[in-house]
Amino acid sequence: MNITFYICAAVAIVSTAMVIIGTNAVHSLLYFIVSLLATGLIFFILGAPFAAALVVIINAGAIMVLFVFVIMMLNLGPQTTEQEKSWLSPRMWAGPAILAVVLFIELVYALISFHAASPDVKVVTAKDVGMALFGPYLLGVELASILLLAGLLGAYHLGRLSPGDREAKE
Amino acid sequence: MLEFLWLVPVLPLAGFAALVLLGKRITNPVVACISVGSVGLSAIFAAIAGISFIMSPPAGNGYSQTLWTWIQVGNFSPAASFYLDALSVVMMLVVTFIGLLIIIYSTAFMAADEDYRRFFAYMNLFIASMLILVLADNLVFLYLGWEGVGLCSYLLIGFWYKNSQNGLAAIKAFLVTRIGDTAMAIGLFLLFATFGTLDIQLLSQKISQYPVGSTTLILAASLLLAGAIGKSAQLPLQVWLPDAMAGPTPVSALIHAATMVAAGVYLIARTNFIFINAPAVMTIVAIIGVVTLLIAGFSALVQHDIKRVLAYSTISQIGYMFLALGVGAWSAAIFHFMVHAFFKSLLFLCAGVVITAMSGVHDIFKMGGLRRKLPLTFWAFLIGCASLSALPLVTAGFYSKDMILWQVWSSPSGGPVLWAAGLVGALLTSLYAFRVIFIVFFGEPKTAVDYKPAWRISAVLVILAFLSIVGGFIKLPMELEKLSVQAQYVFQAIAGVTSLAGILFAYLLFAGERRFVRSLLNSKLCVILRDLWFADWGFDWLYNNLLVRPYQWLAFINRDDFIDSIYDATAALCGFCNKVLSASVNGNLRWYVSGIVIGSIIIIAFVVLL
Amino acid sequence: MVKISLEFGLGLALVLFSLGLTGVLVRRNIVFILLSIEIMLNACGLAFIVVGSYFNQPDGQVMFFFILTMAAAEVAIGLGLVMQMYRKFHTLDTNSANLLRG
Repeated sequence: MNITFYICAAVAIVSTAMVIIGTNAVHSLLYFIVSLLATGLIFFILGAPFAAALVVIINAGAIMVLFVFVIMMLNLGPQTTEQEKSWLSPRMWAGPAILAVVLFIELVYALISFHAASPDVKVVTAKDVGMALFGPYLLGVELASILLLAGLLGAYHLGRLSPGDREAKE
Repeated sequence: MLEFLWLVPVLPLAGFAALVLLGKRITNPVVACISVGSVGLSAIFAAIAGISFIMSPPAGNGYSQTLWTWIQVGNFSPAASFYLDALSVVMMLVVTFIGLLIIIYSTAFMAADEDYRRFFAYMNLFIASMLILVLADNLVFLYLGWEGVGLCSYLLIGFWYKNSQNGLAAIKAFLVTRIGDTAMAIGLFLLFATFGTLDIQLLSQKISQYPVGSTTLILAASLLLAGAIGKSAQLPLQVWLPDAMAGPTPVSALIHAATMVAAGVYLIARTNFIFINAPAVMTIVAIIGVVTLLIAGFSALVQHDIKRVLAYSTISQIGYMFLALGVGAWSAAIFHFMVHAFFKSLLFLCAGVVITAMSGVHDIFKMGGLRRKLPLTFWAFLIGCASLSALPLVTAGFYSKDMILWQVWSSPSGGPVLWAAGLVGALLTSLYAFRVIFIVFFGEPKTAVDYKPAWRISAVLVILAFLSIVGGFIKLPMELEKLSVQAQYVFQAIAGVTSLAGILFAYLLFAGERRFVRSLLNSKLCVILRDLWFADWGFDWLYNNLLVRPYQWLAFINRDDFIDSIYDATAALCGFCNKVLSASVNGNLRWYVSGIVIGSIIIIAFVVLL
Repeated sequence: MVKISLEFGLGLALVLFSLGLTGVLVRRNIVFILLSIEIMLNACGLAFIVVGSYFNQPDGQVMFFFILTMAAAEVAIGLGLVMQMYRKFHTLDTNSANLLRG
C-alpha cells in the first residue's frame, strides 16, 4: 500500500503545480479538483475515512463547484487567457519562488529535527470523530455553525446588486 | 507733624488712581482740579514735614516711617518705609513744588490736547514715583521708584503716540536707561549678597566698618554708578536725552530737566558711604562729569532746535553735579541740583511758550525779534539763561556753580585740571545760552507771531524766574564770609569774569548778522567740527553701528529661528519617516502577502535556529 | 492502514503548502489567488490528518473538519467580494484595487 501513497502524492503535487501555472481558469479549477481527490485518497490510506469523505463531498463537491459557478457567471471570455499568459512571464517567478523555497527549507529543517517512533496505524472511524466532536469539541462545533451563518449573511449581502446596478439591469 | 510724611507720595498716587478709574466721565476742568489738588496737597504736606524737620530735627538727624513689610524671606525683609533727612527734605520740596508749578502750567498748556486726562494721570504717577524714590528708606523701595520714573518717562515721551517717531524716541530712552537699571540691579544683588541688608542706614553702618577700596565695594559702586549714568544721561549713555525732546514741553521740563535726570545724582549722594569707601570710583565719577559737561557744551553750541539746546544744556549741568559728587562736594551738588531745577524748568517752559507762539516750529533760525511780541517770556528766558550762565551775584546759578568750582579746586581729589575744565564749561555755557537769546529774541523777526500766554502760564514763569534769582541767597551768609578769604575771592572773581566773557563773546558772534560765524563756516575744519558736534560727537552713529546693526543682522539671519528649527526638524523627521514608510503601503495585495511571508520566514528562522 | 513515516506525510504537506504560497505570490488574477489559498488550506488539513493518524486520535480529523468549515465560509464571502470587485473595476486584476494606499 505504500505505492498507493506515493502515487497519490505524486499526482497531488503535479496537479497542484499545474494549477498554479495554468492560464485558463476553468482548467486550473479542474486540476485542483484532481488534487483534492488525490488528497482524499491519501486520507483514506492513512485511516481517516471520514475526512476522505468530507474532502470529496464538501471540498471538491461544494467549494470547487462554487468557484466554477462564479467563473461561469463572470463570463470573462478568451481574452483573459491571453491576459494571464502576459502576466506570467518567467521574470515574475523569481521572487516568489525564492521566498517559497526559503520557507520550505526552513520548515523541512524544523521537521527533520523531530524524531519519533512510529506506532501501528489504526483506522479512526467516523464514530470516533463524532464522539470527539460532540464531546470535548462541542463549543468549536457551535462556533463553526455561527461562522457559517455569518458567511451566509455576508455572501447574500455581497452578492446583491447595488441600487445603481439594479436600475441598470432593469 | 512728621508723621504726615507718608501722605507726600501717596497723594499724587491717589490722584493717578482717581484719574485712571474715573475714566472718560470727567471733564477737563475736573481733571485739572484732581491733579493740581493732589499734587498741591502733597506739596503742602511736604512743606509741613520740611518745616517741622528744620525746626526740630529728630534724633540722629533722620526720621523713618514704616508703612508695612513687603516680603519676608529668610533674613531679607524689605519694608515700604520712608526716610527723612536733610537730603531728602531738599529733594522732596523741589520735586513737589516744581511739580506743582509745572502741572499748573500744563493745565493751560495742554488745554487743547484731547488726551488731557491721560497726560495728568501720567504726570501724577511720575511725581508719586519720584517721591517714592527720594523718600525711600531701603534700596529696594528706591528701585521701585527708579523703575516707576523710567516707566513714566517712557509713557510721557511717547505721549503723542500716533507719530511713530515719538514712540521710537521713547523706546530709545527706555532701552538706554534699562542698561543702567540692569547694572544697578546687579549692584543691589551684590550689596545684599555681601552685607545681607539693603536698608540704607544699616548699610552705611556696615560699610563704614568695611575695608576701604576693597573689590566688592568698587564693583558695587561702579554698578550703582552705571545706573546713575543711565538715568542722568551722562557719558556714555547720554544719547537718549536729546531725542526725548519729542515729548510735550512740560514733560521735558519736569522729567528731563528738573527731576528724573537728577535721580542719578540723588542715588550717588544717598549712597555716598559706598563711594567714599571706593576712591577709585569717585575719580571715575568726576572724570565722567567733566568730560560730559565739555562734550555736551560743544554739542549745544551748534543745535538748531531750541529744545535740543536745552537738552544738551541739561546733560552739561548734570555733568557739573557729577563733577561735584566726584570730588566729594555733596552739598554743592545738591545745591546746584536745586538751582538747576529752578532755571532749567523755567527755560523749558519759556521754550514751550515760544514754540506755541511759533505754531509748533522748533528751529531757532526761523525765529527772531521775539522780545517785542513776547515780552514776559523774553524776560523770563533772560533770567533763566543768566542763571544758567552763572551771572555774578544776582543769579542763583552763580552761587551754586561757584561753590562747585571752589570745591573742585580745593578738595584733595580735585585739582587744577578739573577746575580749568569746569571753567571752560562755564564759558561754553554762557556762550550757547546767550546764542539762543540773541538769535531768538533779538534781530529781525522771521515769522509773524501773535500769541498771548494764559495767566497760569505767565504766573508760573514769574514764580520760577523769581526763584532762579533768589534761590541762591540761602548761601549769602556763607558768601559774605568767603569774601574775607583772599583765595576764594579770587576764584569767585575768575568765575564771574568767565561768564561775563562768555556773554560778550556770544554777543559778538551771534547777535546781528553773524558775519564772523558765517566766515568761519567757510573753512572745512569748522564745518567738520560743526557736523560732529551737531551729531552729538558721533555717539548715535557709534551705537548704531556697534550695537544696533549687528543685533539687527543677527535677528535677520535668525529670522527662521534656529531654535524653532530644532522642533521643526523633529516634525520634518516624522514627516520624512512617514513618506518613507508609506511607500510600503502601496495598496498592492501581493506586496502585502510577500511581507507576511518574509516576516514568517524571519520568525521561523529565529525559532528554528535559536 | 498503511504505516507511513511521519516525515513523508508532513513533507508532502509542506510541498503542497509551498506550491500554494508561490501561487498566491505570483498570480495577479484574484480568482487564482483564492484558488491558491484553497491549496494552502488543503495542505494544512493534510498535515493535521497525517499527525492525527500518526497518534491514532480523532483530533486530527476534527481539526480538518473545522478547517474545512472555515474554508467554505471564506470561499463564499471571497467570491462575493470578487463579484463586487468585478462590478466596480471591471477587471479581476488585483493591481487595479490599490486605492487603499498611504
